[in-house]
Amino acid sequence: MTDASMDSPNTTRHATSLMATDARTKKRANAEKRFRAYGIVAIATGLFFLIVLFASILSQGIPAFQRTVVSVEFTLSPAQRDEAEGTLFKTKAYSDLFIGALNDQLTESGVTVDFDQDAIERLLGKVGGTIRTFYADNPDKLGEAVQFDLAASSRVDGYFKGRVSRDTLQDSRFLQLSDLDLVDALKEAGIIKQAFNWPFITGADSGVDNPGGAGIGASVVGSFFMMLVVLALSLPIGVAASIYLEEFAPQNRFTDLIEVNISNLAAVPSIVFGILGLAVFIQFMHLPQSAPLVGGLVLTLMTLPTIIISTRASLKAVPPSIRDAALGVGASKMQAVFHHVLPLAAPGILTGTIIGLAQALGETAPLLLIGMVGFVARGYPDGFVAGFTEPNSAMPAQIYTWAARADVGFYEKAWGGIIILLMFLLTMNIIAIILRRRFERRW
Amino acid sequence: MNDMTRVERAVDSKDIKINAKKVQVYYGDTHAIKDVDVAIEDKTVTAFIGPSGCGKSTFLRCLNRMNDTIDICRVEGDILLDGEDIYDKRVDPVQLRAKVGMVFQKPNPFPKSIYDNVAYGPRIHGLAKNKAELDEIVEKSLRRGAIWDEVKDRLDTPGTGLSGGQQQRLCIARAVATEPEVLLMDEPCSALDPIATAQVEELIDELRSRYSVVIVTHSMQQAARVSQKTAFFHLGNLVEFGETGQIFTNPVDPRTESYITGRIG
Repeated sequence: MTDASMDSPNTTRHATSLMATDARTKKRANAEKRFRAYGIVAIATGLFFLIVLFASILSQGIPAFQRTVVSVEFTLSPAQRDEAEGTLFKTKAYSDLFIGALNDQLTESGVTVDFDQDAIERLLGKVGGTIRTFYADNPDKLGEAVQFDLAASSRVDGYFKGRVSRDTLQDSRFLQLSDLDLVDALKEAGIIKQAFNWPFITGADSGVDNPGGAGIGASVVGSFFMMLVVLALSLPIGVAASIYLEEFAPQNRFTDLIEVNISNLAAVPSIVFGILGLAVFIQFMHLPQSAPLVGGLVLTLMTLPTIIISTRASLKAVPPSIRDAALGVGASKMQAVFHHVLPLAAPGILTGTIIGLAQALGETAPLLLIGMVGFVARGYPDGFVAGFTEPNSAMPAQIYTWAARADVGFYEKAWGGIIILLMFLLTMNIIAIILRRRFERRW
Repeated sequence: MNDMTRVERAVDSKDIKINAKKVQVYYGDTHAIKDVDVAIEDKTVTAFIGPSGCGKSTFLRCLNRMNDTIDICRVEGDILLDGEDIYDKRVDPVQLRAKVGMVFQKPNPFPKSIYDNVAYGPRIHGLAKNKAELDEIVEKSLRRGAIWDEVKDRLDTPGTGLSGGQQQRLCIARAVATEPEVLLMDEPCSALDPIATAQVEELIDELRSRYSVVIVTHSMQQAARVSQKTAFFHLGNLVEFGETGQIFTNPVDPRTESYITGRIG
C-alpha cells in the first residue's frame, strides 16, 4: 500500500518556506496564546481573591489573640485577710485593698491620676471577688507577693486595638471618657499591657455581655468529639459499602439506582441532613439536643457519600491486572480484594476520608437545626462519655454564634475563631497530602 | 466417550488433560465462541492462533474460569479437566485455578517483594508448613521460572522493579509455585522485547516436561517455535486443530492457509 498506488486528490503542496508562517498556522498560534492568557488571568484572579481573603482574615482575626491585662503585684497578709473577711461587704474590702496596691504601684512609677472604685469596676469588672476567690483557693499564697493579671474589659481592650477612640466614645455604664485617662496613666506606668490571649484558645464561651472572656476551647473539644463519631461510623460503613459496590455487587438496575443515589446524596444541601437529624435522632430517637453525638451522626450522613465516592474511585484506579494476578494463582475474590486491591487503594481512601472529615469539620448548617448553634458552652465536658452526650458547641457553630452577637468584641472573636478553624483544616489537609505521598505505590 | 478417546490417544503415549466439547461462550447477546471442540494433551504445548477478536483469549480464560469475573459472560458445553467438568456446580473456581495456573499478557507482579510474589500462592493454599518449606518452594519455583540466578540476591526487593522480561518470568514462577497441572499463557511475550521473548520461549519449552501448556499468541513464528499442537480460531470458530507442523505446512482449511500466508487477519 504505497502512495503511488493511490489516486490522491490533487492538493496544493506546501511550497512556501518553513521560515515564513502561513496565515492558518499564525491563527492557530494566536488562539493558543489567547487561551494561555485566559488561563493566567483566571489563576491570577483566584490568587487575588485568596490573598484578599487571607489578608482580611489575618488582619481582623489576629487581634483576637491579643488581650489587654492589668498586672498588679499584690500582697495580702493573713491579718488583712481576716480583717476583710470580718467586714459586711467582703469583696468591697478586697477591692479597696487592691486599689491601695494599685495606687502604690502608680506612685512608685511617678504617675498620678484620680480614680474611684467605679472606674476600676468598669475597667476590670469585680476585682474584689476575683481576689477573694484566689485566696480562698490558694491560702498558702497569703503573705507572698502575687502577680495578678486581670483581663481588662472589652472596651478598654478595644481602646488598645483602635476599636474605641476618645472621639467616638460616649459615656456609658461600660466606659467613660475619664476612664481613658486612667488607662493612659496605667499604660504609662507599665501596669496595663497587651498579652497573648491564652484564655481565647483554651477557654469556653462567655455570656453576651462579656466578649473579653469568650474562648473557643470548649467548642474545639465539641468538634473533636463530633469528628470521632464521624470517623468511627463513616469510615467503616463507607469503605464496606464501596468495596461491595465496586468489587462484589452484580451490575444491574438496582445497583445502578443505588450508585446514582449515592452520587446525588453528595450534592444534597447540608441543611437537609440537619432537618433529617432533628427529625430522626432528636424527635424520634430522643437523643440529647446540642450533643456532639447527634452532630456527629448528622455529619456522618453527610460525609458518607464523599467517602464512598472517593473510595470507589481509588478502588477503580487499582489496575485490573492485579486482581487477575491474584485470582490467577487461586485467591478467592475476598482475598484478592483484601490482600492486594485494598492496600493499593488505601492512600486514596485515607485522603478521601480526611477531606470528608475536613468538610464535616467546617459544616455549620446542619448544626443549626440540632441546637448546637447559640448554645453557650460555659465549660468543658467532664469526662469522655459526657463529651459525646453533654450539650456543647462546635467550632463553626461557635463562630456563627459570635458573629451574630451585637458586641463588636465578639466580631473580633469570630475572625479569631476562623483562624483556629482554618489551622485545623490546614493541618488535616497536610496530613492527607503526607499520607498520599508516603503510601503511594508506583508501578 | 471420554474413555474411548483416551484409549485411542494412548497410542501416542499422551493423555488428554483438558477435553472441551461443544463449548459456547456468550457475552450478553454476542456469541463469542461457537461449538469449539478441543482436546489438550498433557506435557504438550498447545498454541491458539488467530486474528484479533477471534475468541482465542476468551476460550483460554474459560479453561480456568477466569471469565466468571465478567458478569455478562455465559459458558455452555463441557470442559473436562481429567474427566471432571470444571463448570460443575460443585467445583469451586478457586480450587480449579490452583490446578490451572495462568500467565497474563502484561507482566503483572504484585507490588510486593519478589519473595512475596512467589510465596503468595503457596501461602493462601497452605502448601508450606513452615518458613523453611516456603523458602524451598520459592527457590524451586524461581528456578523453574529460569529467573533464580538473577534475583536470588535480592528476593526482598519489589517485583515491580524488574525488567519486563524478568517480570514475566517472575509471573511464570508465581504461577508454577502453586503446583498447577496446566499452565495457561495469554500472549505472554507480546509486551516483551525479542531477547526476553526468546528467554520466555525457551522456558516454555522446559515447562513442557512437567505441565500441559496452552499458549495464546499473535505471532505465528512463536506458535511454530514453541508448540506441538496448534489450534486456529476464526470469528469464534475453531477452524483447524492439529499437529503444529501439519497446520503450518499443509493446512486443510483454506481459511487457515489464508491466515498463515497473511491474507486474512
